[in-house]
Amino acid sequence: MADPASVPRPPWDVLAAIGAGGALGSLARYGLSAVLPHSRGQFALSTFATNVSGCLLIGVLMAVITGATRPHRLLRPFLGVGILGGYTTFSTYATDTLDLVTTGHPFTGLSYAAGSVVAALIAVLIGSEATRAWLNRTGAKR
Amino acid sequence: MTPLLVALGGGTGAILRYLTDRRVQSWRDSAFPWGTLTVNIAGSLILGVLTGWALYSDLPGTLRSLLTVGFCGGLTTFSTFGYETLRLFTEKARLYAVVNVVVTVVAGLAAAGAGILLAVLIWA
Repeated sequence: MADPASVPRPPWDVLAAIGAGGALGSLARYGLSAVLPHSRGQFALSTFATNVSGCLLIGVLMAVITGATRPHRLLRPFLGVGILGGYTTFSTYATDTLDLVTTGHPFTGLSYAAGSVVAALIAVLIGSEATRAWLNRTGAKR
Repeated sequence: MTPLLVALGGGTGAILRYLTDRRVQSWRDSAFPWGTLTVNIAGSLILGVLTGWALYSDLPGTLRSLLTVGFCGGLTTFSTFGYETLRLFTEKARLYAVVNVVVTVVAGLAAAGAGILLAVLIWA
């Protein structure tokens, strides 16, 4: 175990930004699951849509932050760690996959498990590359 | 009431994810995202227990909103997992990227399964 003092205590405003963002992101996920409900044995469309759209947005966000000269210090804690971290979920992905596979829907379960990962990675790539291209184009015009 | 519980659980989970990630990454000076892996496995284990609780006994609606939708959803993340995997891939650490995906998915499913088994032992 490392000495607890070796990790400096994060500033309170960073924690507050993450907490507020996490609350908002979780509410958005909850809202989407109410709009797109699925019953047991069905492809969990709302969680899939949440995770893929959250991955698209983190690609956009990180391209903006990496490209900015002086990004606000609370931008990543609030939007990235808080909202997008709270919006997307891995735990529901895991239990939904297990539920599908163990209740006699192995094909749906496997396509959900693999499809979520593949679509999420493509979404991060599209989000970051499109944003970077757009930033370069608008930057060149100035 | 439900949205309030979801927000409370989600905010708490997000803060705990951040603190855990910082602590774990400070133990292991590595490019591999151990911190995100840790919260995703821990959250899947906890959600497994809660899922089993709901299946084999009666999980109160208050706890479902606070812990299942809120806390476990806020503690675990797919966006950071996706971003870190892509970053490893583009930074020429392709083996790490593939290992991250395989280990996260396999260990996450195993943790959720272990959680459900634990719930079976307690409630079934």
